[in-house]
Amino acid sequence: MSFNLGPKLRLAGCGAATLVLAHPGLAVASQAAAAAAADGHPWWFWPVILFFFCFVLGIIAVLAGVGGGVLYVPLVSGFFPFHIDFVRGTGLMVALAGALAAGPGLLRRNMASLRLALPMALIASASSIGGAILGLYLSNLNPNIVQVCLGATILGIAVLLLLSKNTERPEVTKQDAVGAALGIGGLFFDEATGEKISWKTHRTLTGLILFIFIGILAGMFGLGAGWANVPALNLLMGVPLKISVATSKFLLSITDTSAAWIYLNKGCVIPLMAVPSIVGLMLGSFVGVKILSRAKPKLIRYMVIIVLAFAGLKAVDKGLGLGLLG
Amino acid sequence: MPHTDPDLRPMPEQITYANILFYGAWTGIFLLFATYALYVLGVVAPHVDVHLVSQSWHLGVQDYLHVTDSPHGWGWVALLGQGDFMNFAGMTLLAVLTIICYLVLLPGYLRRKDTAYAVICILEVLVLSLAATGLLGGGGH
Repeated sequence: MSFNLGPKLRLAGCGAATLVLAHPGLAVASQAAAAAAADGHPWWFWPVILFFFCFVLGIIAVLAGVGGGVLYVPLVSGFFPFHIDFVRGTGLMVALAGALAAGPGLLRRNMASLRLALPMALIASASSIGGAILGLYLSNLNPNIVQVCLGATILGIAVLLLLSKNTERPEVTKQDAVGAALGIGGLFFDEATGEKISWKTHRTLTGLILFIFIGILAGMFGLGAGWANVPALNLLMGVPLKISVATSKFLLSITDTSAAWIYLNKGCVIPLMAVPSIVGLMLGSFVGVKILSRAKPKLIRYMVIIVLAFAGLKAVDKGLGLGLLG
Repeated sequence: MPHTDPDLRPMPEQITYANILFYGAWTGIFLLFATYALYVLGVVAPHVDVHLVSQSWHLGVQDYLHVTDSPHGWGWVALLGQGDFMNFAGMTLLAVLTIICYLVLLPGYLRRKDTAYAVICILEVLVLSLAATGLLGGGGH
Protein backbone atom coordinates (compact mmCIF):
# COMPACT_ATOMS: atom_id res chain seq x y z
CA MET A 1 0.00 0.00 0.00
CA SER A 2 1.43 3.39 -0.91
CA PHE A 3 0.20 6.90 -0.49
CA ASN A 4 1.75 9.09 -3.13
CA LEU A 5 0.67 12.68 -2.78
CA GLY A 6 1.97 13.56 -6.22
CA PRO A 7 4.29 16.46 -6.95
CA LYS A 8 1.52 19.02 -7.61
CA LEU A 9 -0.25 18.27 -4.37
CA ARG A 10 3.02 18.40 -2.45
CA LEU A 11 3.84 21.73 -4.04
CA ALA A 12 0.41 23.04 -3.18
CA GLY A 13 0.87 21.84 0.35
CA CYS A 14 4.22 23.61 0.65
CA GLY A 15 2.73 26.77 -0.79
CA ALA A 16 -0.22 26.70 1.57
CA ALA A 17 2.06 26.10 4.52
CA THR A 18 4.23 29.05 3.62
CA LEU A 19 1.19 31.25 3.06
CA VAL A 20 -0.34 30.52 6.42
CA LEU A 21 2.77 30.34 8.53
CA ALA A 22 4.43 33.38 7.00
CA HIS A 23 1.48 35.70 6.51
CA PRO A 24 1.26 37.66 9.70
CA GLY A 25 -0.64 40.38 7.93
CA LEU A 26 -3.68 38.13 7.83
CA ALA A 27 -3.40 37.21 11.44
CA VAL A 28 -5.56 38.20 14.35
CA ALA A 29 -6.83 41.28 12.56
CA SER A 30 -9.32 41.93 15.30
CA GLN A 31 -6.51 42.84 17.67
CA ALA A 32 -5.96 46.37 16.40
CA ALA A 33 -2.98 47.53 18.35
CA ALA A 34 -0.20 44.97 18.38
CA ALA A 35 1.59 45.04 21.68
CA ALA A 36 5.20 44.21 21.07
CA ALA A 37 6.85 41.09 22.39
CA ALA A 38 9.21 41.40 25.33
CA ASP A 39 12.11 42.09 22.96
CA GLY A 40 10.23 44.73 20.93
CA HIS A 41 9.35 42.51 17.96
CA PRO A 42 5.73 41.89 16.92
CA TRP A 43 4.24 38.62 18.10
CA TRP A 44 4.58 36.92 14.71
CA PHE A 45 8.22 37.76 14.17
CA TRP A 46 9.83 34.82 15.94
CA PRO A 47 7.36 32.14 14.72
CA VAL A 48 8.04 33.22 11.12
CA ILE A 49 11.80 33.17 11.66
CA LEU A 50 11.45 29.83 13.38
CA PHE A 51 9.55 28.34 10.45
CA PHE A 52 12.23 29.27 7.91
CA PHE A 53 15.00 28.35 10.31
CA CYS A 54 13.49 24.89 10.83
CA PHE A 55 12.97 24.51 7.10
CA VAL A 56 16.69 24.98 6.54
CA LEU A 57 17.43 22.76 9.53
CA GLY A 58 15.31 20.01 8.02
CA ILE A 59 17.30 20.11 4.79
CA ILE A 60 20.63 20.11 6.62
CA ALA A 61 19.60 17.31 8.98
CA VAL A 62 18.82 14.98 6.08
CA LEU A 63 21.97 15.87 4.17
CA ALA A 64 24.18 15.46 7.22
CA GLY A 65 22.45 12.29 8.40
CA VAL A 66 21.64 13.68 11.82
CA GLY A 67 18.28 14.08 13.49
CA GLY A 68 16.40 17.36 13.55
CA GLY A 69 16.10 17.27 17.35
CA VAL A 70 19.82 17.32 18.03
CA LEU A 71 20.15 20.45 15.90
CA TYR A 72 16.92 22.10 17.00
CA VAL A 73 17.38 22.28 20.77
CA PRO A 74 20.89 23.75 21.02
CA LEU A 75 20.45 26.17 18.14
CA VAL A 76 17.00 27.43 19.08
CA SER A 77 17.86 27.71 22.79
CA GLY A 78 21.03 29.59 21.89
CA PHE A 79 19.68 32.04 19.34
CA PHE A 80 15.95 32.47 20.01
CA PRO A 81 14.25 34.16 22.95
CA PHE A 82 12.21 31.12 24.06
CA HIS A 83 12.84 29.65 27.50
CA ILE A 84 14.67 26.36 27.41
CA ASP A 85 11.62 24.56 28.88
CA PHE A 86 9.63 25.32 25.73
CA VAL A 87 12.55 24.63 23.41
CA ARG A 88 12.95 21.15 24.89
CA GLY A 89 9.23 20.42 24.76
CA THR A 90 9.05 21.51 21.14
CA GLY A 91 12.29 19.70 20.28
CA LEU A 92 10.73 16.44 21.38
CA MET A 93 7.58 17.09 19.35
CA VAL A 94 9.74 17.90 16.32
CA ALA A 95 11.80 14.71 16.72
CA LEU A 96 8.63 12.69 17.34
CA ALA A 97 6.86 14.00 14.25
CA GLY A 98 9.89 13.22 12.11
CA ALA A 99 10.22 9.71 13.49
CA LEU A 100 6.50 8.97 13.09
CA ALA A 101 6.62 10.12 9.47
CA ALA A 102 9.69 8.00 8.66
CA GLY A 103 8.63 4.91 10.63
CA PRO A 104 6.05 3.40 8.26
CA GLY A 105 8.40 3.08 5.30
CA LEU A 106 11.11 1.53 7.43
CA LEU A 107 8.71 -0.99 8.96
CA ARG A 108 7.17 -1.96 5.62
CA ARG A 109 10.58 -2.58 4.06
CA ASN A 110 11.56 -4.57 7.18
CA MET A 111 14.60 -2.32 7.61
CA ALA A 112 13.51 -1.35 11.14
CA SER A 113 13.67 -4.46 13.31
CA LEU A 114 10.89 -4.78 15.87
CA ARG A 115 12.76 -7.56 17.65
CA LEU A 116 15.69 -5.22 18.15
CA ALA A 117 13.67 -2.07 18.80
CA LEU A 118 11.10 -3.20 21.34
CA PRO A 119 13.40 -4.17 24.24
CA MET A 120 15.61 -1.11 23.70
CA ALA A 121 12.57 1.13 23.40
CA LEU A 122 11.11 -0.09 26.67
CA ILE A 123 14.31 0.75 28.52
CA ALA A 124 14.85 4.07 26.76
CA SER A 125 11.24 5.26 27.02
CA ALA A 126 11.04 4.49 30.73
CA SER A 127 14.31 6.28 31.44
CA SER A 128 13.43 9.23 29.20
CA ILE A 129 10.51 9.89 31.56
CA GLY A 130 13.03 10.11 34.37
CA GLY A 131 15.22 12.35 32.27
CA ALA A 132 12.33 14.67 31.46
CA ILE A 133 11.28 14.96 35.10
CA LEU A 134 14.89 15.56 36.17
CA GLY A 135 15.41 18.15 33.45
CA LEU A 136 12.27 20.07 34.38
CA TYR A 137 13.21 19.92 38.08
CA LEU A 138 16.72 21.29 37.40
CA SER A 139 15.31 23.92 35.08
CA ASN A 140 12.96 25.05 37.82
CA LEU A 141 15.89 25.33 40.25
CA ASN A 142 18.04 27.21 37.79
CA PRO A 143 17.69 26.98 34.00
CA ASN A 144 21.41 27.69 33.63
CA ILE A 145 22.15 24.24 35.04
CA VAL A 146 20.29 22.64 32.14
CA GLN A 147 21.82 25.09 29.69
CA VAL A 148 25.38 24.18 30.74
CA CYS A 149 24.63 20.45 30.80
CA LEU A 150 23.01 20.73 27.39
CA GLY A 151 26.06 22.54 26.05
CA ALA A 152 28.41 19.88 27.41
CA THR A 153 26.25 17.12 25.94
CA ILE A 154 26.13 18.82 22.54
CA LEU A 155 29.91 19.16 22.55
CA GLY A 156 30.14 15.47 23.36
CA ILE A 157 27.78 14.67 20.50
CA ALA A 158 29.89 16.73 18.11
CA VAL A 159 32.98 14.77 19.15
CA LEU A 160 31.10 11.49 18.83
CA LEU A 161 29.90 12.36 15.35
CA LEU A 162 33.42 13.36 14.38
CA LEU A 163 35.17 10.29 15.70
CA SER A 164 32.72 7.44 15.30
CA LYS A 165 33.34 5.26 12.29
CA ASN A 166 30.25 3.18 11.77
CA THR A 167 30.71 -0.28 10.34
CA GLU A 168 28.61 -1.38 7.41
CA ARG A 169 28.48 -5.03 8.55
CA PRO A 170 30.06 -5.70 11.94
CA GLU A 171 31.26 -9.20 12.58
CA VAL A 172 29.34 -10.99 15.34
CA THR A 173 30.81 -14.44 15.81
CA LYS A 174 28.70 -15.53 18.75
CA GLN A 175 25.44 -14.09 20.03
CA ASP A 176 25.28 -13.45 23.78
CA ALA A 177 22.77 -15.16 26.07
CA VAL A 178 20.43 -12.16 26.41
CA GLY A 179 20.30 -11.58 22.67
CA ALA A 180 19.71 -15.25 22.05
CA ALA A 181 16.99 -15.47 24.71
CA LEU A 182 15.15 -12.53 23.15
CA GLY A 183 15.75 -13.82 19.64
CA ILE A 184 17.21 -10.52 18.50
CA GLY A 185 18.32 -10.98 14.95
CA GLY A 186 16.94 -11.27 11.50
CA LEU A 187 17.35 -11.08 7.79
CA PHE A 188 17.39 -8.03 5.59
CA PHE A 189 17.71 -7.46 1.89
CA ASP A 190 20.60 -5.18 0.96
CA GLU A 191 19.40 -3.44 -2.19
CA ALA A 192 22.90 -2.16 -2.92
CA THR A 193 24.38 -5.65 -3.28
CA GLY A 194 21.24 -7.72 -3.86
CA GLU A 195 22.13 -9.99 -0.94
CA LYS A 196 20.10 -11.41 1.90
CA ILE A 197 22.05 -10.57 5.05
CA SER A 198 21.59 -12.46 8.28
CA TRP A 199 22.47 -10.64 11.49
CA LYS A 200 22.47 -11.09 15.23
CA THR A 201 23.69 -9.10 18.22
CA HIS A 202 26.33 -9.36 20.90
CA ARG A 203 26.84 -7.32 24.09
CA THR A 204 23.05 -7.05 24.28
CA LEU A 205 22.94 -6.56 28.04
CA THR A 206 25.51 -3.76 27.83
CA GLY A 207 23.43 -2.22 25.09
CA LEU A 208 20.30 -2.35 27.23
CA ILE A 209 22.16 -0.62 30.07
CA LEU A 210 23.48 2.02 27.69
CA PHE A 211 19.95 2.74 26.52
CA ILE A 212 19.10 3.79 30.08
CA PHE A 213 21.54 6.68 29.76
CA ILE A 214 20.47 7.43 26.21
CA GLY A 215 16.87 7.67 27.36
CA ILE A 216 17.75 9.95 30.28
CA LEU A 217 19.68 12.34 28.02
CA ALA A 218 16.95 12.36 25.40
CA GLY A 219 14.28 13.17 27.97
CA MET A 220 16.35 15.68 29.88
CA PHE A 221 17.37 17.80 26.93
CA GLY A 222 14.51 17.18 24.51
CA LEU A 223 16.88 15.70 21.96
CA GLY A 224 16.09 12.90 19.62
CA ALA A 225 18.55 10.12 20.43
CA GLY A 226 19.60 9.03 16.97
CA TRP A 227 23.15 10.30 17.54
CA ALA A 228 23.48 7.73 20.35
CA ASN A 229 21.18 4.95 19.12
CA VAL A 230 23.13 4.29 15.92
CA PRO A 231 26.60 3.89 17.52
CA ALA A 232 25.08 1.81 20.34
CA LEU A 233 23.35 -0.56 17.93
CA ASN A 234 26.08 -0.64 15.29
CA LEU A 235 29.39 -0.31 17.10
CA LEU A 236 28.47 -1.89 20.43
CA MET A 237 25.85 -4.48 19.58
CA GLY A 238 27.09 -5.38 16.10
CA VAL A 239 23.94 -4.62 14.15
CA PRO A 240 24.47 -3.85 10.43
CA LEU A 241 24.54 -0.13 9.78
CA LYS A 242 21.40 0.05 7.62
CA ILE A 243 19.37 -1.85 10.21
CA SER A 244 20.87 0.33 12.97
CA VAL A 245 19.93 3.57 11.25
CA ALA A 246 16.43 2.40 10.35
CA THR A 247 15.74 0.88 13.77
CA SER A 248 17.10 3.99 15.49
CA LYS A 249 14.70 6.22 13.56
CA PHE A 250 11.82 3.95 14.50
CA LEU A 251 13.02 3.76 18.12
CA LEU A 252 12.78 7.54 18.38
CA SER A 253 9.03 7.38 17.83
CA ILE A 254 8.71 5.38 21.03
CA THR A 255 11.38 7.02 23.21
CA ASP A 256 10.27 10.52 22.30
CA THR A 257 6.60 9.71 22.88
CA SER A 258 7.07 9.07 26.59
CA ALA A 259 9.19 12.17 27.19
CA ALA A 260 6.90 14.28 24.99
CA TRP A 261 3.95 13.37 27.21
CA ILE A 262 5.80 14.68 30.28
CA TYR A 263 6.56 18.00 28.60
CA LEU A 264 3.05 18.25 27.14
CA ASN A 265 1.45 17.64 30.52
CA LYS A 266 3.73 20.17 32.19
CA GLY A 267 2.62 22.83 29.71
CA CYS A 268 6.00 23.04 27.97
CA VAL A 269 4.63 23.10 24.43
CA ILE A 270 3.48 26.46 23.07
CA PRO A 271 1.54 25.94 19.82
CA LEU A 272 2.60 29.34 18.46
CA MET A 273 6.20 28.13 18.27
CA ALA A 274 5.71 24.35 18.11
CA VAL A 275 3.66 24.13 14.92
CA PRO A 276 5.98 26.26 12.73
CA SER A 277 8.86 24.18 14.07
CA ILE A 278 7.24 20.84 13.25
CA VAL A 279 5.91 21.86 9.85
CA GLY A 280 9.08 23.74 8.87
CA LEU A 281 11.34 20.85 9.72
CA MET A 282 9.17 18.29 7.95
CA LEU A 283 8.98 20.37 4.76
CA GLY A 284 12.73 20.89 4.92
CA SER A 285 13.25 17.14 5.30
CA PHE A 286 11.30 16.48 2.10
CA VAL A 287 13.47 18.95 0.23
CA GLY A 288 16.59 17.46 1.80
CA VAL A 289 15.68 14.00 0.55
CA LYS A 290 15.14 15.40 -2.95
CA ILE A 291 18.56 17.04 -3.14
CA LEU A 292 20.46 14.36 -1.23
CA SER A 293 21.72 12.65 -4.34
CA ARG A 294 23.23 15.91 -5.63
CA ALA A 295 24.71 17.13 -2.36
CA LYS A 296 28.04 16.27 -0.77
CA PRO A 297 26.88 14.68 2.51
CA LYS A 298 30.34 14.33 3.97
CA LEU A 299 31.10 18.04 3.62
CA ILE A 300 27.73 18.97 5.09
CA ARG A 301 28.23 16.54 7.94
CA TYR A 302 31.50 18.28 8.88
CA MET A 303 29.78 21.65 8.68
CA VAL A 304 27.05 20.36 10.99
CA ILE A 305 29.63 19.10 13.46
CA ILE A 306 31.20 22.57 13.50
CA VAL A 307 27.79 24.19 13.98
CA LEU A 308 26.98 21.75 16.79
CA ALA A 309 30.30 22.48 18.47
CA PHE A 310 29.58 26.19 18.29
CA ALA A 311 26.03 25.67 19.57
CA GLY A 312 27.41 23.61 22.47
CA LEU A 313 29.92 26.31 23.34
CA LYS A 314 27.21 28.95 23.07
CA ALA A 315 24.96 27.00 25.43
CA VAL A 316 27.77 26.66 27.98
CA ASP A 317 28.63 30.32 27.57
CA LYS A 318 24.98 31.30 28.04
CA GLY A 319 24.52 29.01 31.03
CA LEU A 320 27.63 30.30 32.78
CA GLY A 321 26.70 33.87 31.93
CA LEU A 322 30.10 34.58 30.43
CA GLY A 323 28.81 36.39 27.36
CA LEU A 324 31.96 35.57 25.40
CA LEU A 325 30.01 34.43 22.35
CA GLY A 326 27.50 37.25 22.27
CA MET B 1 12.27 -9.34 -4.35
CA PRO B 2 12.30 -8.75 -0.62
CA HIS B 3 8.55 -8.59 -0.14
CA THR B 4 7.80 -11.87 -1.90
CA ASP B 5 10.55 -13.75 -0.09
CA PRO B 6 8.90 -15.23 3.01
CA ASP B 7 12.17 -14.97 4.95
CA LEU B 8 12.23 -11.22 4.42
CA ARG B 9 8.57 -10.45 4.80
CA PRO B 10 7.64 -8.57 7.98
CA MET B 11 4.98 -10.09 10.19
CA PRO B 12 1.41 -8.91 9.41
CA GLU B 13 1.13 -6.96 12.66
CA GLN B 14 4.21 -4.98 11.66
CA ILE B 15 2.49 -3.91 8.46
CA THR B 16 -0.62 -2.94 10.42
CA TYR B 17 1.63 -0.95 12.79
CA ALA B 18 3.16 0.80 9.80
CA ASN B 19 -0.23 1.62 8.30
CA ILE B 20 -1.65 3.03 11.54
CA LEU B 21 1.50 5.08 11.96
CA PHE B 22 1.34 6.36 8.40
CA TYR B 23 -2.28 7.50 8.36
CA GLY B 24 -2.22 8.60 11.99
CA ALA B 25 0.96 10.66 11.68
CA TRP B 26 -0.12 12.46 8.54
CA THR B 27 -3.60 13.05 9.91
CA GLY B 28 -1.99 14.57 12.99
CA ILE B 29 0.30 16.81 10.96
CA PHE B 30 -2.46 18.02 8.64
CA LEU B 31 -4.70 18.58 11.64
CA LEU B 32 -1.95 20.64 13.26
CA PHE B 33 -1.60 22.70 10.12
CA ALA B 34 -5.36 23.30 9.88
CA THR B 35 -5.84 24.25 13.53
CA TYR B 36 -2.77 26.49 13.44
CA ALA B 37 -4.22 28.31 10.43
CA LEU B 38 -7.48 28.88 12.30
CA TYR B 39 -5.46 30.13 15.26
CA VAL B 40 -3.05 32.58 13.64
CA LEU B 41 -5.57 33.85 11.10
CA GLY B 42 -7.82 34.78 13.99
CA VAL B 43 -10.72 32.62 12.86
CA VAL B 44 -11.00 31.05 16.30
CA ALA B 45 -10.20 33.23 19.27
CA PRO B 46 -7.41 31.94 21.50
CA HIS B 47 -7.50 31.48 25.25
CA VAL B 48 -4.21 33.36 25.57
CA ASP B 49 -3.73 36.46 23.46
CA VAL B 50 -0.85 35.99 21.03
CA HIS B 51 0.80 39.16 22.27
CA LEU B 52 0.82 37.84 25.82
CA VAL B 53 2.32 34.57 24.52
CA SER B 54 5.16 36.39 22.82
CA GLN B 55 5.71 38.57 25.87
CA SER B 56 5.91 35.55 28.14
CA TRP B 57 7.68 32.75 26.30
CA HIS B 58 11.00 33.75 27.80
CA LEU B 59 9.65 32.80 31.24
CA GLY B 60 10.03 29.36 32.79
CA VAL B 61 7.04 27.09 32.38
CA GLN B 62 5.59 27.63 35.84
CA ASP B 63 5.69 31.42 35.54
CA TYR B 64 4.38 31.21 31.99
CA LEU B 65 1.38 29.12 33.01
CA HIS B 66 0.65 31.49 35.86
CA VAL B 67 0.94 34.68 33.78
CA THR B 68 -1.15 33.31 30.92
CA ASP B 69 -3.63 31.42 33.11
CA SER B 70 -2.97 28.30 31.03
CA PRO B 71 -3.86 24.80 32.15
CA HIS B 72 -1.47 21.92 32.57
CA GLY B 73 -2.04 18.18 32.30
CA TRP B 74 -5.24 17.37 30.42
CA GLY B 75 -6.83 20.70 31.33
CA TRP B 76 -6.48 21.75 27.69
CA VAL B 77 -9.43 19.50 26.78
CA ALA B 78 -11.81 22.01 28.35
CA LEU B 79 -10.32 24.68 26.07
CA LEU B 80 -10.50 22.74 22.79
CA GLY B 81 -12.78 25.36 21.36
CA GLN B 82 -10.08 28.02 21.74
CA GLY B 83 -7.76 28.73 18.83
CA ASP B 84 -4.50 28.02 20.64
CA PHE B 85 -5.57 24.88 22.47
CA MET B 86 -7.18 23.37 19.38
CA ASN B 87 -3.63 22.61 18.31
CA PHE B 88 -3.29 20.15 21.14
CA ALA B 89 -5.65 17.80 19.31
CA GLY B 90 -3.06 17.18 16.60
CA MET B 91 -0.18 16.98 19.05
CA THR B 92 -2.07 14.53 21.21
CA LEU B 93 -2.85 12.38 18.21
CA LEU B 94 0.87 12.19 17.39
CA ALA B 95 1.69 11.34 20.99
CA VAL B 96 -0.95 8.62 21.36
CA LEU B 97 -0.23 6.77 18.09
CA THR B 98 2.50 4.58 19.48
CA ILE B 99 0.25 3.30 22.28
CA ILE B 100 -2.37 2.31 19.71
CA CYS B 101 0.24 0.59 17.56
CA TYR B 102 1.56 -1.46 20.46
CA LEU B 103 -1.96 -2.68 21.20
CA VAL B 104 -2.03 -3.94 17.61
CA LEU B 105 1.24 -5.84 18.06
CA LEU B 106 0.19 -7.56 21.27
CA PRO B 107 -2.30 -10.11 19.85
CA GLY B 108 0.29 -11.22 17.31
CA TYR B 109 2.87 -11.99 19.98
CA LEU B 110 0.27 -13.75 22.12
CA ARG B 111 -0.83 -15.86 19.17
CA ARG B 112 2.76 -16.89 18.53
CA LYS B 113 3.19 -17.61 22.25
CA ASP B 114 6.11 -15.15 22.25
CA THR B 115 5.77 -14.45 25.96
CA ALA B 116 8.83 -12.20 26.28
CA TYR B 117 7.69 -9.79 23.58
CA ALA B 118 4.07 -9.89 24.73
CA VAL B 119 5.28 -8.82 28.18
CA ILE B 120 7.47 -6.12 26.62
CA CYS B 121 4.44 -4.81 24.71
CA ILE B 122 2.29 -4.72 27.83
CA LEU B 123 5.00 -2.98 29.83
CA GLU B 124 5.54 -0.40 27.09
CA VAL B 125 1.82 0.37 26.92
CA LEU B 126 1.85 0.84 30.70
CA VAL B 127 4.91 3.12 30.56
CA LEU B 128 3.49 5.29 27.79
CA SER B 129 0.04 5.39 29.34
CA LEU B 130 1.51 6.42 32.68
CA ALA B 131 3.43 9.22 30.99
CA ALA B 132 0.24 10.30 29.22
CA THR B 133 -1.85 10.51 32.38
CA GLY B 134 0.07 13.49 33.72
CA LEU B 135 0.54 11.81 37.08
CA LEU B 136 4.31 11.83 36.71
CA GLY B 137 6.42 14.90 37.22
CA GLY B 138 3.74 16.89 38.96
CA GLY B 139 1.74 19.70 37.39
CA GLY B 140 2.66 23.22 36.45
CA HIS B 141 2.12 24.58 39.96
